[in-house]
Order: sequence, then structure tokens, then C-alpha cells
Amino acid sequence: MSTPTYDRTASPLIFELGQTGRANRYVEEGRPLGQFLPHNLLRDELPLPDNSELDVVRHFTKLSQRTFGIDLGFYPLGSCTMKYNPRVNDAMAGKREFAQLHPYTPDELAQGALQVMYELERSLASLFGMAAFSLNPAAGAHAELAALLIAKKYFKDRGETRRDKVIVPDTAHGTNPASAAMCGFKVISLPSDERGRVSVDEIQKVLGPDTAVCMMTNPNTLGLFEDHIAEIAAAVHDVGGLMYYDGANANAIMGNVRPGDMGFDLMHLNTHKTFTIPHGGGGAGHGPVGVAAHLVEYLPTPVVRAVPNNGTGAPSDGFTFSLDFNRPKSIGPMRSFWSNFAHAVRALAYIYANGADGLKRVSQLAVLNANYVRVKVAEFLETPYPEICRHEFVASAQELKKETGVKALDLAKALLDHGMMAPTMYFPLIVPECLMIEPTETESKETLDYFIEVLRDIVKQAKTNPEELAAAPVTTVVGRVDETRAARQPDLRWEPPSLSSRA
Amino acid sequence: MALPGNLLYSKEHEWLKVDGDTATIGITDYAQNSLGDIVYVELPRVGKQIEQFGNIGVVESVKAVSDLFTPIGGEVTEVNGALDADPAAVNRDPYGAGWLVKVRIKDPNEKNNLLSPDEYEKLAHD
Amino acid sequence: MLDAIGVGSLDELLAVPDAIALKSTLDVVPALPEYQIARRFEHFAAKNPGVDYVSFLGAGSYRHYAPPAIAALAMRGEFLTAYTPYQAEVSQGYLQAIYEWQTYICLLTGMDLANASVYDGATALAEGAIVALNANGRKKVLVSRAVDPNYRAVLKTYCDGLDVLVDEVPLRKDGATDLTALAEAVASKEYACVALQSPNFFGNIDVLTHVALEAIHASETVPIAVVSEALSLAALATPASWGAQIVVGEAQSFGVAPAYGGPYVGFIASTKEHMRRIPGRLVGKSVDGKDRTAYVLTLQAREQHIRRERATSNICTNQAHCALIATMYCALMGKTGLRDVAALNLERSRELATAVSKIEGVDLRFTAPFFNEVTVDVHQPAREVLAKLAERRILGGVDLGRWYPELSTCILMNATELTTSGDIEKLAIALGEIVRVHANV
Repeated sequence: MSTPTYDRTASPLIFELGQTGRANRYVEEGRPLGQFLPHNLLRDELPLPDNSELDVVRHFTKLSQRTFGIDLGFYPLGSCTMKYNPRVNDAMAGKREFAQLHPYTPDELAQGALQVMYELERSLASLFGMAAFSLNPAAGAHAELAALLIAKKYFKDRGETRRDKVIVPDTAHGTNPASAAMCGFKVISLPSDERGRVSVDEIQKVLGPDTAVCMMTNPNTLGLFEDHIAEIAAAVHDVGGLMYYDGANANAIMGNVRPGDMGFDLMHLNTHKTFTIPHGGGGAGHGPVGVAAHLVEYLPTPVVRAVPNNGTGAPSDGFTFSLDFNRPKSIGPMRSFWSNFAHAVRALAYIYANGADGLKRVSQLAVLNANYVRVKVAEFLETPYPEICRHEFVASAQELKKETGVKALDLAKALLDHGMMAPTMYFPLIVPECLMIEPTETESKETLDYFIEVLRDIVKQAKTNPEELAAAPVTTVVGRVDETRAARQPDLRWEPPSLSSRA
Repeated sequence: MALPGNLLYSKEHEWLKVDGDTATIGITDYAQNSLGDIVYVELPRVGKQIEQFGNIGVVESVKAVSDLFTPIGGEVTEVNGALDADPAAVNRDPYGAGWLVKVRIKDPNEKNNLLSPDEYEKLAHD
Repeated sequence: MLDAIGVGSLDELLAVPDAIALKSTLDVVPALPEYQIARRFEHFAAKNPGVDYVSFLGAGSYRHYAPPAIAALAMRGEFLTAYTPYQAEVSQGYLQAIYEWQTYICLLTGMDLANASVYDGATALAEGAIVALNANGRKKVLVSRAVDPNYRAVLKTYCDGLDVLVDEVPLRKDGATDLTALAEAVASKEYACVALQSPNFFGNIDVLTHVALEAIHASETVPIAVVSEALSLAALATPASWGAQIVVGEAQSFGVAPAYGGPYVGFIASTKEHMRRIPGRLVGKSVDGKDRTAYVLTLQAREQHIRRERATSNICTNQAHCALIATMYCALMGKTGLRDVAALNLERSRELATAVSKIEGVDLRFTAPFFNEVTVDVHQPAREVLAKLAERRILGGVDLGRWYPELSTCILMNATELTTSGDIEKLAIALGEIVRVHANV
């Protein structure tokens, strides 16, 4: 066993703590495995540690203390919508009748689960102006892939197989072109105009009979509303292409404008952004994919079928639900089983907490907060698009870098020393030394003012004492990590000190 | 780092050193500097037939990826295996130990499509 | 605040062209005060009586005991509400936990490296196939028919997008993959990979023999092992030991609730050779400026945010929180606990197998050795038998006729450490009555 350490900055691995024999008694002792199977089918050794429950609890509790979450402080990560995750959602998802329900439970014995999925799907369809949603995909990128597969199959069925181009603005999130490539599409990157938007003239240059899909985010990743979206959609439809809406920024539009009304045929949502599913360190997410009427048949399998019965109560209580696998035109399933169902419960609970008016208010406040922070930050940092933004805006440290050598990275790291998370850095790619700031609607004015003043001080510090910023962060358990070494000498797992780990 | 006068250059920031009918290819100091610390280089198979300005590999840094476009066409005769263990050589010595690929030249006239040191210097500073 | 911004109203901030402005009334569930939300969800919950039935359902989602210490730790706000650990300095806790997850997967599978998770076992298989397709540039994929049908369907969805063909290897009579057919198929050198699941969908141990592995090596096909019941890794010989180069699968068994199908947690692991092609996030160990151990997301130049359309996978968000849960499960269970749980699974499933084969008119369809699932032949339409069992509040298993027409009289039954002798007796009695009634008709 390693020497006990009282150094707060060190954290031994679970493998370095353990010792065989100090096991927990969660189940009774089992018989030797050789009594059930011949030895040639069994593994020789299982080189895993045993640790007492107390040691495991201390280990992970300490790890949690070395992790920053929304619960600890302001998290203005642009494009990620780090709003508060209401605990009631987790309580609902954690109910035994949801958590312990096996996916192969017969439909008639799982009507409650199916009803949750139905209500969520109907609410999303109305909220965003789509004919139907599938709750099948497990994340936003997964839903993007589903949407592009739908487009591909739709065109194939119509004999339009020469449509192999997907148009993507140069401000697009990396998953957009990556998803397109996974469907065999070629990506055309569209330069944004001086207003930071997609221009009708630019897109006309690349539209043609080989156009499959145009993927856009609205508001875009600069936080700007694409005001010419109707003309763009018309132009794409004129050449027979489809419009896809990247729903990452849906927090900016609820109750205000709908992708369906803007002319989009396909869309996805990140419920772990807009609908408060906790990010959990990078997942699990949930990516409903929505379509207009002409594409409903292509949705992933299964869909929830609702047949009216004589039930009374809420509107959805008047249906019998089933999982419908008989979808001949479907692209197929995107994943095993039906949905990240626990997250569907959370999202529905959030919608119940708000209703249509509440969700409209959510978007209004998100936009209000972002504009307030924008005009204040513009007092000391360059904001390349000094106009009304939506739920996020971009600032640039390019001028500051020229003046002082201090980069966006340094500003971000300095914020970590003030108990806040840094904004998104270096995205979108078209803004040099970019910081994308999205406060969200759940932050109070006091928190926003605190962030503004801290950032103002940091920028001042850049002008008087830039070396200090290059050293930030200094109050965290570790400083800047040597990423070059991590990539040149990859160490991706602990190795047992004895022989080969292959049993 | 001074720009070697005995090399030819491409618009994609690669250099070419000609030695009779073989050539050595690498990326310029400007390129390695823009990329930052290089962590991995993906090189073509020996024996592969390549075309001038074709995509023959990838140079990876911590935060970026850059396609490698060959300044000359021909057959790949050798790749710099030392870069597996020491990709940093491309940063340290981009014109020497950081060489990437050796090619048996197919058409010597293709050199005319490349830039002189002066022409490249202008390009890199624009 | 509106003054500071310089506008008169919220409407000004949210102005949109009139042609696209929202004009219809939205049809969304009504707003409820929080205590009424609880009531509404009670209403839904009460309509899931299946959760209380005696259950022998498995088939890719397994009921295992999850110690409450897991929830107490995993639901801590720091873990729950953190984002992807891009700012390493304030994410050391999560990064280390994922490094530990990556290690557990390697130790369990015998592979050299594993990523920070993918969506589930099915998409893990699809991503594994993509790694192989990129490794050797071939255009076809081979998969055993004994691999979970959902996984095969998802593989097909992904391969349709890539214009890659998927072929299947048939089953043998004993319930494992026909390795002779497999060896013949790979000899054509057309397949980028061949995927085998063990224990397979029927519960049977289904691994490569030396002969089959030789054929695979000779044809330079990448062997992929699929694992849908992660607990089996605690007992069975590792996929590495029988030749797998890539191991993909599902870790839901490690403390992740069945939750009507998700979220679960997929894993993908491989030999060193495929390190640069592995999709998704990877946590690496390094140091900071003061030489302190520090963890960080690494080899990011593989991923979509850098490679964009040149990335081999579009995956961004993964299943980090579920991976955290699985890591905590492995930590709490430890080597001893995992072994004990595996032993109990082996024991109960054999108790189940014995009990049902005693029933006249019921037998085990396959003879291959099994882990914790068995294929039970009731010699009448499985769907009907299951319906009758459900009338007695028993979920007897999964109707295999749903995917395998030749097995329409077979039920896939799973027993775990949570299955009691009482449950098995209840099933045996009910099944006996149902079968007898049918025989007498």
C-alpha cells in the first residue's frame, strides 16, 4: 500500500489505494467459478483492487472536490447553455418505476413510460414547429447524424443520388461537418459575411442540383440571429435541398420563433443544454431529432404510437401507447433500445415546471442577460459584433494580445482563480482569440455584475502585469497541464506493477 | 530561423530538396511555428504513387491538424521513421532532422510550379 | 438592465422578421407548481406495473445490485453539474475518475487502451467497425448473427451512411457462431473486421478458436469482440486472450439503472495499434508546471472539433456520468465482489436452467456453455407463453422469434444475483401449468 499522504494536491488512483481482502460484503460469497465452467473458459486473474466502502467514499468525495460544476459557480461556457439543473428533475427520473423499468417490459405494462415519451415528443413538436420528433438519439451529434441519414435516404428514395454536398457555415460546430462526412457527403464551408451571418449571395454561389442539405444554427455560434433565414431556406428549397437546424442554441428562441416556421425540414435539440439535463462531466446527453411532415416516415425506429381510447384526465391520458417498429422507410435505430429515457423524464419535468409561457420567459431572460453582459464587457474588451445578440456573444482578445501579449487562453485561466468557469475559447474559428460567453437565464444580476468586474480587473491586469496572467491559474490544485507531453507520450491508463494484465 | 536558399517551396508551406532524381519533403519553419508543438505525423506508405499537390498525410499538433500536400509527384521511397518516437524534431529542425518523406521524382518539370525562397518569403510574411 | 443595453423592451431584443415570427398558440404540457409535478409523475409511475413483476428479462439490459453508495457519490453536484473537462485545472477530479474508468475497462478486457465512453454497446460496435474500416481501407464488415440484433441493426444504420456492406455469419446448432463459415468468409480479404459477441445474444460463450483466429490473421481482418453483459468480464477469459484487437460493449451492468433503455454506457477498447483511430475523448496523465501529476484530455486532434469533416467520428458528448457510476461500482465491488456476483449469476442461471428443463415439453435449445442467460424452448409460440406468464405477473423473458424466425418457440431468460430461488420456483410452476394446458388442448 502506498504511504498515506496528507498532501491536498495529490490524489492517488483507486488502484494505488486498494488491497485484496478489504472487500465489502454486498452479496454473499460465491462458489469457486470452476464449479460452473471449465477452466479454459475462465480468466486466470482479475487484477482489480478491493477497497472498503469508506475508502471508496473518501476517494470519490475528494475527486468531487477537485471538480468544478454549475453548483459551485458561474459557468458562462458559450454554446453549452450551462443553466441550473433543477433537482426535482433528478427526483422524478430516479423514481423506481422509471429507473428499474426494463426496456423489454411489454408495452401494456409500461404505459407510464410511453406516456412520458409521448408528452415530451408532442411538446417539442409544437415548441419548435416540427411534425414529429424521435427521442432515439443519445446526443446532439448523434441526432445530427440521424438527420443526415434521413436526408440521404430521402434523396435515395427519390432517385436523387447525385446530391452529395452539405453546406455548412464557417462558424459551424465541428460535429456538423463530421456528421456529414459519416454519411459520405462532401462538405462545402460557407464564409460568413462582415455581419457574421450567412449571406444569400454567398450561398447562391454554391447551391445546385447536387445540394443535399444546408446545416445552420440560428442564432448562429456568434450569438447573432440569422435574419435572412427565410430567404436562405427558400433558396435551398428552390434547388431541391433540405434545411437542417442545429438546435444547440435553442435556448434563445423558445416562444419567440420556431425552426419549422423559419423553413427548416430537420432539426435536433440538445436537452442537456436547453432542457436542463445535467452535463455530468461530458454526458450522458440526449438528442431528440425533429422532422417536417414529408420526412416523418424516415425517423429512427421505434417511434411511440398513440391510439385513442376512452381514457379521461389529461389529454394524453386518452391514448394507448405502443412502440412501433414497423417503419419500412425508417433509417433504422440509432442505438440499442428506445431513448435515453431517464433524460426524457427530466426534460418533461422541466417543461412542466415552465409551460409555454415559462419557456418563452426562459429565452427572453437568456437573451437579456447575454446582452447586458455584452454591453458591459464591450467597455474593456473588443466585441467584433457590437449589435443586439441573442443568448451568447463573442469577445476577442486579439487587440489585447497585440498590446500586451496576453491571449484569450490567459484570460480564461485567470477566471478560474476567481471561482468561475472560463467561457468557451477559440470557437468559432473565424474570430481570432475568441471568447464565447453565454450567461444563461438562471444567473442573477449580482452574479453577472461580479463576472463583469472580475473580467474587467483581469484585463486591467493584462496591461499592467501580463506575466502574472501567463502563470494563471495559481489557486487551483494543479496549474496549466503539459498537453504536449500528454500527446507525445500518451499515458492513458494505469498499469499493474506485476506481469501482463492479460489473463 | 533563416529560410534555406537551396530549397524550393510550395504555397502550402512545404519545402522540397532535390538531389538528382530524388527529392526530400518537409514543412517550413513558418508551418511548424503556426502548428505549435507537433505530437504526431501521419506519413504515406513506402511505394505509394503520389501526385503533385496531392494530400499525402497529416501533421498533428496538440490543438490543430494540418494536411500534408506533396510539392512534387512520384513514388514514396522512404519516410522518416524517427518521428514516431520524436515528433518534436519537426519543430526543432524542420529543414534537417524533421524531414518527412523522400520521393523518386516522376516529372522534373513539376519543379516549375513551385516557389523560390524569395517568393515564399513574401508569401509567408503577407 | 434594458437601459444599460439601450433598448426599450424585451420585445426589441427578440425582434424577428414578421414572416417567421411565432403566431400560433403552443401546445405544450401546462405549467405546474413543483409539488404538482411530483403528483403528475406519480400518475405516470403508477402506469408501469411491469416494474414489480418477477422478471427474467435480460437481452442487453441487466438487473444487478447497485450499492446506494454509488448514488450518494455520483449525484454530488460537482460531478453532476460539471461540463466536459476542457479546463483541466478545475476538472482534475473528473479527469482522474475517467482515467480510472479507462483503466478498469483495459484490465477487464485485456486491451491496451480504452476511451472515455461512447453512447452504448450498439454504437460502440458501429464505432469499432469504423476504426477497422479506417485501419485497412476495406469496404465490408462481417458480423455474427449471434450478436445482439439491436447492435446489428445499429451497425447497419451507420454502415448505410458510409455505403459499407454488412454480411452475417450463421449460427451453429449448439448456439455459438459457425466458425468454419467465418473462416471461409474472411478468406476473401474483403472484410475490414469480423465481430463476435461473447456471451452472445443467446447467453452462450462464443469465442474464436485457434484455427479461426489464424484465418482472421492470414486475411488481415480485424477481430472485434462484443460484450453486452459487462459482468461476464469478471469471470470469463478476456477477449484479448482469444485474439480480439478491438473490444466494444456495454457497461450498464455496473450500477447503471435499466431506466427503460437509457442512458447506458458504451466502451471501446483496443490494442496500441489503433490508438490514433479510437473515437471520442481520451484522458491522459501528464504533469503541470510544478511537476505535479495532472490529468488532461489528450490526442484531441483526432476529434471532430479539430478535424471537422476529417474526423473519423462525430462524437462529442459521451456518457461520462454513467462511466463515473460504472467506475464507482467497480471500485466498491472490487475484485472480490465482482467475482462473487459473477459466481452468483452463474449459480442462479443454472438453477433456472435446471428448473425449466425439468418441465415436460420444455428444454434448453442450445448446448454451448453459458454465463447468466439461457435459451429455453417451450415448443409452442413463445409470444403466447410470455403473455400467459405476464397474466401471472411474471416477465418470463424475451421472445427470440422477434428476430430469429427459426427460434419462435424460444424464450431468452436471464437470472442474476437478484433472482431468488422463490422467483425461479414461481416461474417453473407457472410455466409448467401453461405448457400442460397447451399440450392438453
